[in-house]
Amino acid sequence: MAKDFKFRTCPETGLKVHSQADALIKANAVVAVVFLAIGGLFGLLVALTRWPAVHMLDAELFYLALTAHGADVLVFWIIFFEVAVLYFASAILLNARIVLPKIAWLGFILMLVGALMANVAVLQGESSVMFTSYVPMKAAPHFYLGLILFAVGALLAVGIFFGTILTAKKEKTYEGSLPLVTFGALTAAIIAVYTILSGAIILVPTFLWSLDLIPHIDSLTYKLIWWGFGHSSQQINVATHVSIWYATAALLLGAKPLSEKVSRGAFLLYILFLQLASAHHLLVEPGVSSSWKIFNTSYALYLAVLGSLIHGLSVPGAIEAAQRKRGFNKGVFEWLRKAPWGNPAFSSMFLSLVLFGFLGGISGVTMGNEQINLIIHNTIYVPGHFHATVVAGTTLAFMGITYLVVPLIFQREIVMKGLARWQPYLFGLGAAGISLFMMGAGTIGIARRHWDITFSDAPLTVDVPGTAFMMMGLNGVFAIMATIGGAIYVVVVVASILFGAKRDEAACKANPVVTAGGGEAVASYGAEEEHPNLSGTIVLVTLLFVTFVLYYYVNWKFLSEVWPLS
Amino acid sequence: MALTSPEKRIWWNEPLSKIELTWIVIAFLWGLTMFGTMVYWHFTGEQNLSNEAYRIRPEVFAERTEAQAEKYKVREEGDTGIPVVKPPAGSDVYMLARRYEFWPILELEKDKQYRLHLSSMDVQHGFSLQPTNINLQIHPGYEMVLTVKPNKTGEYSVVCNEYCGVAHHAMVGRIYVVDSKK
Amino acid sequence: MTDNSGSTNENGDEDIPFMQRLLDNPLLLLVIGVASPMLLYTIWGVVEVALIPLAN
Repeated sequence: MAKDFKFRTCPETGLKVHSQADALIKANAVVAVVFLAIGGLFGLLVALTRWPAVHMLDAELFYLALTAHGADVLVFWIIFFEVAVLYFASAILLNARIVLPKIAWLGFILMLVGALMANVAVLQGESSVMFTSYVPMKAAPHFYLGLILFAVGALLAVGIFFGTILTAKKEKTYEGSLPLVTFGALTAAIIAVYTILSGAIILVPTFLWSLDLIPHIDSLTYKLIWWGFGHSSQQINVATHVSIWYATAALLLGAKPLSEKVSRGAFLLYILFLQLASAHHLLVEPGVSSSWKIFNTSYALYLAVLGSLIHGLSVPGAIEAAQRKRGFNKGVFEWLRKAPWGNPAFSSMFLSLVLFGFLGGISGVTMGNEQINLIIHNTIYVPGHFHATVVAGTTLAFMGITYLVVPLIFQREIVMKGLARWQPYLFGLGAAGISLFMMGAGTIGIARRHWDITFSDAPLTVDVPGTAFMMMGLNGVFAIMATIGGAIYVVVVVASILFGAKRDEAACKANPVVTAGGGEAVASYGAEEEHPNLSGTIVLVTLLFVTFVLYYYVNWKFLSEVWPLS
Repeated sequence: MALTSPEKRIWWNEPLSKIELTWIVIAFLWGLTMFGTMVYWHFTGEQNLSNEAYRIRPEVFAERTEAQAEKYKVREEGDTGIPVVKPPAGSDVYMLARRYEFWPILELEKDKQYRLHLSSMDVQHGFSLQPTNINLQIHPGYEMVLTVKPNKTGEYSVVCNEYCGVAHHAMVGRIYVVDSKK
Repeated sequence: MTDNSGSTNENGDEDIPFMQRLLDNPLLLLVIGVASPMLLYTIWGVVEVALIPLAN
């Protein structure tokens, strides 16, 4: 039974920490950061090439770098980090042991080998097929094999997560329902299972096809199933970073969900419908009916968007309620002004929340309209959108929680605190700039995945508006800013792990990262205070809603001006 | 706390606060509105993508495109002598995509309807009509048929916006829209 | 830990509302979370692609 396993007790939270959970979280998080560094660097090269005045790489290297950038940050960085989050949300939050740690390590090794193999394939130059690897464009067999090994490893990790929460229940390491953060992680894990199954269904035959063992893969079927993998993998992010928002708010401010029912109900909507948005990529494909497109692209009547809008109220709402409880009760926004903006864990979390909602969320739903997609599909608006979700949203949230994971799990002090303090702002502003300028250039028709918008090699000329050149240049400037922010993150994290002062019990008492007594001081509201004052949150969500409606109909106006089609 | 199990064993029966309930209702209705807008546009909007598509062998599609080009060629353009084809208003027009060109150049009349057939000879391509900004995906083995009605005269570029290979960025086609009086 | 519950854990979970029992059941959630998109997105989509007619 559980007694036979090695545990330590966290001096700050009182949670029992299984040594295997500790080690697995560390390994996955460190590898994640390494892939972020590599993928981020490729991203910078891509942005500098798309900056017309710089135009850094030649065409062949550009497409190679773009493929590597996509695979390394869109898959490897986030999934490694998410595996760490899964182990944290299961074993640690539930005071439980990791079941079958050997299998968990096998999963880790498979993921690592797979990720390295895919990188090697791309760097060899024969697999510049983009992250999407649409057939019949063919990559080297070990490109697909690397992705498959990675997926199998990730599936093992997800299995360990399920095993751990079920065993914890059986061994009664927790009572009642799962904590909300663990429930959010469960949501992510469920989406991950569908994601990985979709990946397996399509990538295994494609691997065999690359070995000439299968004669033909249908391009439309490939694309349909592939996006069940490609888009859903980004929905794992959404579920994960929303959980991290709740976790950060709880750790730093003792914030308690306004309503367990509402927050969990919102996650249930994710479980049921979020993955349908894979259809966003097939809205202008031949032969798929409008019924399928409208139903799936709307996540079944926008029920998953409803889930996100609910979190959009309950996360800031929980923070506002907790802050007012601790006395920041003046006016509409004192709770927000007096929030710990100097703590990178908090600033990352809140910037992630705002940027994800205003930039990523609104643009995603708008361009995901069946007809509006006609004026957006495959323009650089699309990467503009998903840099708002995956970079400003997910990556920034992951960076923020790292500032808590290093002291709590690695048990090291954060070094270079002054730099760390500014890191989220630099990275957040950079990511927001990238997103906005790419969306802007996309709105005037600039293509994504395109080496040369001057079309100097083309047999026919193309008239590209001057504003597009300006926006692609600004995109480059903000990419540099985001890179500096990202580099500071990597340096601070690595230096803290290697050289940070060890946090023993005395250090934890002297310099707590979990708000001193925060949990207990604020966790008790709710029963006696049925209706906390949420006036600030109401202003925020009203602003979001008005922006959303206006932007949405502006795009219908744009659409109504193009050539009539039917 | 979000990090611990709910304090109450039964939390589902807790009442909703007015604020949450109001927001949920507003968000739900907004979702229905957006869903309804897509459906509504199918009945009243002028920009809807047709669902008409067929499986077709690339050779067959190429033959049809070449036959049309031969019949309705009006001139040649560019260093490579790409034919400019002007099929009669209201007719079926073909354009194929292949590494690294859209072929042929089309000349259409303003405010006339055409049934535009698109397909790829090799890999996936993107049909991005600029500057009007209409974007479609073209697959090999599938023929997409849509009705277009150019609403402004001028010179339009067709830019490939799906990565298709190392010279992808040089893949450009053209459509002219002219006044019908000519 | 709590005094708000109608009965203790040992007395069984009969009084727990249906929705809460659903949300407390990870494996059931897993099944519906995978079945929903498999059916609505993947299978429906693949069938539509398979039914695209041949050009005449």
